[in-house]
Amino acid sequence: MTVQKLPIAKAINESLRKAMETDPKVLIMGEDVGKLGGVFRVTDGLFKDFGEDRVIDTPLAESGIVGTAIGLALRGYRPVVEIQFDGFVFPAYDQIVTQLAKMHARALGKIKLPVVVRIPYGGGIGAVEHHSESPEALFAHVAGLKVVSPSNASDAYWMMQQAIQSDDPVIFFEPKRRYWDKGEVDPEAIPGPLHAARTVRAGSDLTLVAYGPMVKVCLEAAAAAQEEGKSIEVVDLRSMSPIDFDAVQASVERTGRLVVVHEAPVFYGAGAEIAARITERCFYHLEAPVLRVGGYHAPYPPARLEEEYLPGLDRVLDAVDRSLAY
Amino acid sequence: MTVESTAARKPRRSSKRTAGAGARKTAADPELVQLLTPEGERVEHPDYAIDLSAEELRGLYRDMVLTRRFDAEATALQRQGELGLWASLLGQEAAQIGSGRALRDDDYVFPTYREHGVAWCRGVDPTNLLGMFRGVNHGGWDPNSNNFHLYTIVIGSQTLHATGYAMGIAKDGADSAVVAYFGDGASSQGDVAEAFTFSAVYNAPVVFFCQNNQWAISEPTEKQMRVPLYQRAQGFGFPGVRVDGNDVLACLAVTKSALERARRGEGPTLVEAFTYRMGAHTTSDDPTKYRADEEREAWEAKDPILRLRAYLENAGHADAAFFEELESESETLGKRVREAVRAMPDPEPMAIFDNIYADGHALVDEERAQFAAYQASFATESEGGVAAVEGN
Ligand SMILES: Cc1ncc(C[n+]2csc(CCOP(=O)(O)OP(=O)(O)O)c2C)c(N)n1
Repeated sequence: MTVQKLPIAKAINESLRKAMETDPKVLIMGEDVGKLGGVFRVTDGLFKDFGEDRVIDTPLAESGIVGTAIGLALRGYRPVVEIQFDGFVFPAYDQIVTQLAKMHARALGKIKLPVVVRIPYGGGIGAVEHHSESPEALFAHVAGLKVVSPSNASDAYWMMQQAIQSDDPVIFFEPKRRYWDKGEVDPEAIPGPLHAARTVRAGSDLTLVAYGPMVKVCLEAAAAAQEEGKSIEVVDLRSMSPIDFDAVQASVERTGRLVVVHEAPVFYGAGAEIAARITERCFYHLEAPVLRVGGYHAPYPPARLEEEYLPGLDRVLDAVDRSLAY
Repeated sequence: MTVESTAARKPRRSSKRTAGAGARKTAADPELVQLLTPEGERVEHPDYAIDLSAEELRGLYRDMVLTRRFDAEATALQRQGELGLWASLLGQEAAQIGSGRALRDDDYVFPTYREHGVAWCRGVDPTNLLGMFRGVNHGGWDPNSNNFHLYTIVIGSQTLHATGYAMGIAKDGADSAVVAYFGDGASSQGDVAEAFTFSAVYNAPVVFFCQNNQWAISEPTEKQMRVPLYQRAQGFGFPGVRVDGNDVLACLAVTKSALERARRGEGPTLVEAFTYRMGAHTTSDDPTKYRADEEREAWEAKDPILRLRAYLENAGHADAAFFEELESESETLGKRVREAVRAMPDPEPMAIFDNIYADGHALVDEERAQFAAYQASFATESEGGVAAVEGN
């Protein structure tokens, strides 16, 4: 593969392919991942090329998928499992939280669990219930898991490589409404570490922090604000556990203001953690309280209301204005 | 890898095998309860006698035709962009109408997301089923008004609710029963196994009605199980029976018998309705990626509606006028559904905050107020041209 413009879904597909070619222990597992190539076609073609021993159509049982992936990992495999949609991870939540996350510690570090759990997440695709949720905080709260989410094709490609190579379990949240967004992927590039945040737009008046699907919204908001003469920096967190607080701190020390944006409900969400830590670290640099923009304390609404529910340009700019008004 | 099959196990199959080939059970199978052959001939079964009047037979036919019409209309509405998604029941009319007509009013139904025919039998207005697929609500009906629970999207969950409800019926000393619907794929879920366990242990009056339509999205039943599904019940300690799911009479008779057993306090039954999903899994699915056309064609020959029609005609139970009248009734239903969907308004944005807690919640109140103020700021902006959000 040379440098190519790929949609995010295809970048993940290429990344999985490369991982499988490089390491015969890498397995793909999940519902419909075989012939169909997954409901989003992220595993398209892998079944054809690697066969059913490595691309495993599993029974319709999420607890079973993650539980057996744990067993396979104990036996030396590196399973990459697909959960079809965010809302269907919960039958597997028990296995992830009580087993996958804790086994390394319980075995005094003697066993490793290199399992990647891929979850297409978030809203904006007009789906029925349980197909649009952002449960990342529920996983980030659990010690023993890494939780990441790419926002562009290059990160999707590289972060998947790194997640598979990681000896720790990684919950890999894929921003499903961005699956078709194209971006450049350089297979020769040397990627930064999996947990590192990245400044995707430089600015001096305020920092927007986001990850996954909201990075694009924040970039658009920053561009809109630019027209009004405001200089907004955008930091793509990339990893929600661990969080690269140093990068966020450095940005906030430059700008003095921080707004955190995510789709997940604000209450007890990632934004709360970031606000608390940054307030602690940057108290004397802050010109305004850290503000959060995100979902409400309400079930993800039916599709016809999701545009009202999801943070869009206006809600981000509104928070920017409120911060700048201090 | 060297996983080799034991003698008892079915041989492993090549992944290149065309879908649907192999040892699939056919309608002529002795394990399959059948009262009406694919050609529309009436046959008897020693355990499942049924005697229906011509009017009742026409009623079952009418139910199936109207359900199919409703389903086709919904599929068309999805294609026209009026619905975000639709899960068609095409091919499963007999399984749903047969089991649905076996129910008494005081029985309770726990469906998945495809039980449009059962909903029809319960008297749920078909247009109520569409709100969720249009994206204007997450349910759309009061489960208690027809004893028909909300559709459940998370696979298998409702089998436990059904079991618990049935346990409640037993505690109350009532003689109602519960039917839990689920798919062949769902039978792999832990929840379903747990529902089997609970219902057996507590002798709950529940009928597990599995529509084995051969596929769970792209996965054939071979990816879910290695023994016929109905046999699984035995291991949990209750009977399992496989019925021809394209035979409405057999589905009616078998479900009735299972419900009677439940009412007598003899506990659960697993009914496996052996049927076929003729369409795509949902309107987002593309079955050409994973299954062969010939398979569908073979099943079309077993079409539940054509089968009953052949019987009605041959036995002289229905005349041309009946079929004509039904045709025009179908048209009327289609039109009504079309108009109702198009007239279905989008919910008010504030509905996001409705019915989250029965007792209310301070945070919801606070967010509702903030949201209202935020929405109002746009109204001001468009009316007065003021940049409403600035500086507040
Ligand atoms: C817990 C869970 N996992 C995955 C899905 C996605 N999904 C929706 S329907 C379906 C297949 C269901 O097959 P089956 O149980 O046989 O029922 P059918 O749709 O064929 O009637 C899948 C995998 C889901 N809804 N819930």
